[in-house]
Amino acid sequence: MKRETKSSAWMVLLGAAVLLVLVTALENTLDPTSNIMLFTALKKGAVYALVAVSMNLLNGFTGLFSLGQAGFMLLGAYTYAILTIPVESREAVYYIYNGCAINFSLPELLGGGPVGLVLGVVLALILGGCVAAAVAWLIGLPVLRLKSDYLAIATLGFGEIIRAIFQWDKLGPVTNGANALKSFPTFSTFNIPGGLRLSTFMAFLLAGVCIAVIVLLINSTYGRAFKAIRDDEVAAEAMGIHLAKHKRLAFCISSFFAGVGGGMFAMFANQAQAKNFTTAMTYEILLIVVIGGIGSVSGSCIAAFLYVAASEWWLRFLDTETVLSNGFKVPFLRTGFRMVVFSIIIMIVVLFFRRGIMGDKEITDLLRPRRKEGRAK
Amino acid sequence: MQYAISILLSGVSLGGQYALIAIGYTMVYGILRLINFAHGDVFMVAGLMMVYLSAALPLAAALPLVLLLTVLLGFLIERAAYKPLRTAPRMSVMISAIGVSYLLQNLATYATGGLPQMYPEIPGLSATVTIAGVSIKWATIVTPFLVVILVVALTQLIHHTKTGMAMRAVAKDFETAQLMGIRLNAVISVTFVIGSFLAGVGSCLYFTNYQSVVPLSGALPGLRAFVAAVFGGIGSIPGAVVGAFIIGLSESIIKGSDWSVFSDAFTFALLIVILVVKPTGLFGEKVTDKV
Amino acid sequence: MKKVLAMILALSLVLSLAACSGGSGDSTSGGDAQQSGDSSASGGDAQQSGDSSASGGDAQQGGDSSAPSGDTVRIGVFEPSTGDSGPGGKQEMLGMQYANKETPTVEIGGKTYNVELVYADNGSTSDKAPTAAAELVSKGVSLVLGSYGSGVSMAGGPVFNDAGLCAIGVTCTNPGVTAGNDYYFRICFLDNFQAQVLVNFAQDKFSAKKAYLLGELGNEYDQGLITFFEQTFTSAGGEVVKDSFPSNTSDFTTFLNKAVSVGADVIFCPVSIAYATQIIKQAASMNLEIPLLGSDTLDSNKVLEAAQGSGVQLYVSTFYQEGGSAAFDDGIKAWLNEDSTAMTNNGGNDTIAAVTAMGYDAYYVALEVLKSAGSLDLAAIKAALPGVTYTGVSGAIGFDATGDAVRDTAYIKTSDNANGVWTLETVQTAS
Repeated sequence: MKRETKSSAWMVLLGAAVLLVLVTALENTLDPTSNIMLFTALKKGAVYALVAVSMNLLNGFTGLFSLGQAGFMLLGAYTYAILTIPVESREAVYYIYNGCAINFSLPELLGGGPVGLVLGVVLALILGGCVAAAVAWLIGLPVLRLKSDYLAIATLGFGEIIRAIFQWDKLGPVTNGANALKSFPTFSTFNIPGGLRLSTFMAFLLAGVCIAVIVLLINSTYGRAFKAIRDDEVAAEAMGIHLAKHKRLAFCISSFFAGVGGGMFAMFANQAQAKNFTTAMTYEILLIVVIGGIGSVSGSCIAAFLYVAASEWWLRFLDTETVLSNGFKVPFLRTGFRMVVFSIIIMIVVLFFRRGIMGDKEITDLLRPRRKEGRAK
Repeated sequence: MQYAISILLSGVSLGGQYALIAIGYTMVYGILRLINFAHGDVFMVAGLMMVYLSAALPLAAALPLVLLLTVLLGFLIERAAYKPLRTAPRMSVMISAIGVSYLLQNLATYATGGLPQMYPEIPGLSATVTIAGVSIKWATIVTPFLVVILVVALTQLIHHTKTGMAMRAVAKDFETAQLMGIRLNAVISVTFVIGSFLAGVGSCLYFTNYQSVVPLSGALPGLRAFVAAVFGGIGSIPGAVVGAFIIGLSESIIKGSDWSVFSDAFTFALLIVILVVKPTGLFGEKVTDKV
Repeated sequence: MKKVLAMILALSLVLSLAACSGGSGDSTSGGDAQQSGDSSASGGDAQQSGDSSASGGDAQQGGDSSAPSGDTVRIGVFEPSTGDSGPGGKQEMLGMQYANKETPTVEIGGKTYNVELVYADNGSTSDKAPTAAAELVSKGVSLVLGSYGSGVSMAGGPVFNDAGLCAIGVTCTNPGVTAGNDYYFRICFLDNFQAQVLVNFAQDKFSAKKAYLLGELGNEYDQGLITFFEQTFTSAGGEVVKDSFPSNTSDFTTFLNKAVSVGADVIFCPVSIAYATQIIKQAASMNLEIPLLGSDTLDSNKVLEAAQGSGVQLYVSTFYQEGGSAAFDDGIKAWLNEDSTAMTNNGGNDTIAAVTAMGYDAYYVALEVLKSAGSLDLAAIKAALPGVTYTGVSGAIGFDATGDAVRDTAYIKTSDNANGVWTLETVQTAS
């Protein structure tokens, strides 16, 4: 048994490495202009994969139904942005407030150049996660005592409260009020001019490392405790699992990675603005988790890429009126039809493929039964 | 003084409109233990249907037809999106509700092309009247009275008819009720029909006051009404009404103060406080966990 | 069996809704026609202009029907057609579409190219904007026009920047759009200018001492204008009261009553069209006597329709006033009356919004740029763009060092509520 998990771990690692190499190779061989949709979808997919996995950790593995993900992403995104905007750009970004109250930038503090950039970005992302986790801890004190739907609605409320606070113009010198924070390092900053293009690679690397950490956690004793809480709280408590402590832990960890994901989302979107982190975003992520299968990390990852690609790329043709070559005007096609078709697809998945793409299985599980059979003989 | 009256009036009218939506939430939750996220969007669709139908039909015909179609929509949503998931975990049903809400919003965007639609003037309700120097629409004054009448009618229905008894039984214990020969699906359908009907009436009052209908029109009133339902103790109809008036009034007062930025946030803060202090709400029944 | 039944039910639900929506397109225009029919004056007006320019419409059709042959140059249209700014984005696109119909070809480097407009809906939200921008880049456009709304322009900007693709903002008035982005230009005035103009107007016309400012919470367009307005107004000795409402708010009566109770001389509400219609309707029903000042977003048929028949005094600052160019007015009205989709997108009647005129000018600026670049090379276009000047229907257009348009006038118009039309109040300069 032990050897088996080890070998599957190696397999996953190998798979991830192959994926990274593949992405880098693709980005540097394909023409970046004509294939920009592919890379945009890949980057956004990577970000959403991380956030979906972090939500899955809470909803799928611990059984805590939280809808506050967008709020924690907002915290991460703002922390990242505030810490990394170059000092010289601050005046222009905070033009309404005549400059920013915080006047340092991590990449510059760490010496600037490529090394400072990488260290600064990573540190800012981690700090973003920490802020989200700290706030989650505070929120968790009262809220985690609530059960299922009540917890969902309370966390949803917290997301909205956080958003209102960040949009408050009295905090403008820090949060820039209603205005977007921009000019900070984004994924495309990692494209070396005239050299390797590493923007998609960075997105995959960051998301990959975080997801790997979550997977390790799920497979640890903590992870088993989380699953026990999900399956039966009373039984779990009887087995000596400290309920409150473990719930809080799961909530904080999930929020930490949501915060990191939020920072990465800001890197993807080239800006951070509170307006974007709405409940609608939480619902999007929740739908990804459901489509991928509640309780499956690989499912969430696959679903994130499918969801992003379908909603923003493949189905786009539905939005434009099309006249076929024989003069036949395709009915229904006009602005908004894409989202209608897309929501119908979602409803079909929710109703008829209730277990999602992967159910609660992982990619590695799909390879395992065959080997088990072989051993039984 | 005049200002205070205007805040009070606007709060009461908001509260009344939230109440009509909140009843739909609270009844569905009481019976199915489901937060029907699509309810606010049913409310919005009712508004849109009124816009379109009143353009083609005389108002006297359009209004009943809108109510009928809204009821039908509520019924169909339950049959199509919630009934197949009756045995599924609660989270799946809730996600299905989110999906329906998403679908309705996107359909509305598609239909309207994203342009705000003007709700028709309803004779009588749209006329303005001046009270103590504040000029308001009749709809504002009618709302609280209409809410009281409807709630009284509803409580009569629940307490003194066979269907009402069946609804109470199902709310109390799903499985036992079924064993007693109560036709579960019929009862649930009736619940959705009543909820949608009230949402239809509510949309008529709401959009007469606030005339433009956009695809997201239902989101905010829906969420507020849900908060009101939780606040009053979910499952309790008088609770939902009281909660709705409290939410409506406090929203109006906050908007009138210097803290208008937090009018939304305040509603949620109130919700969280009540959930933490008294999780079953003002009038909710205490539930015990069974192992 | 049950599954099949559920499937059928789900499908029938979807179909019935789709049928509803399908029918709605026609009934909308019917409804609007009815409404405008109520006030005989506006209906008559529309018909008149329709008649007078019918021949112009025919001529354009002839130009359009030429078969697409030879080389094509693609111009990206980065505009919202859904979401909050959807109505405005659609009106802006109308200007481009009409201009494209009028002049479907351009001569670049001695060769005639057909111009194809490529659309990408940025959904009015800045999280969808980068993908929409990427979509345009992938379609190989030579130049981008748009967007209506500054937030989406700022979100899409870096994508164009990375691709070395030039974008010409049409009505994105926030200073942040062009600042720090070498590839973003714009042909409209800026928010600080607009706020200055409105402050001057409020003080000249109403001798305003106290202003009530109302905007959407977290919307950089609203809040930016409000901040500039506050700065200018207070430094001129005025006093302001500010409020923000959360997204999707419908109830504005409390805010309007507050404006009355604080004794404001003017209300400034630079909000998007959907909120503006609500505010005006509610102001009308409470017989508000304080004049409402709006920014360029309020210059919309929907807003005009909301104000019609009421006693609301509405003033908006804008880029163009109908009558500025008779040829353009007549031509586009004829086109609108002919094309039912365009008419619906314009809000059901043929009043010309300023953003439509701006879209029209933007298209011609784009053609000028392509002509002066002499090739489809992105670098050549970038090099040529800053030097381009063009005199359009909305005035002379040229670019300064940051890529902003050099403009010193704005039109202030007021709604004639009896007739449902805009009338020019004054032409205001910033000084």
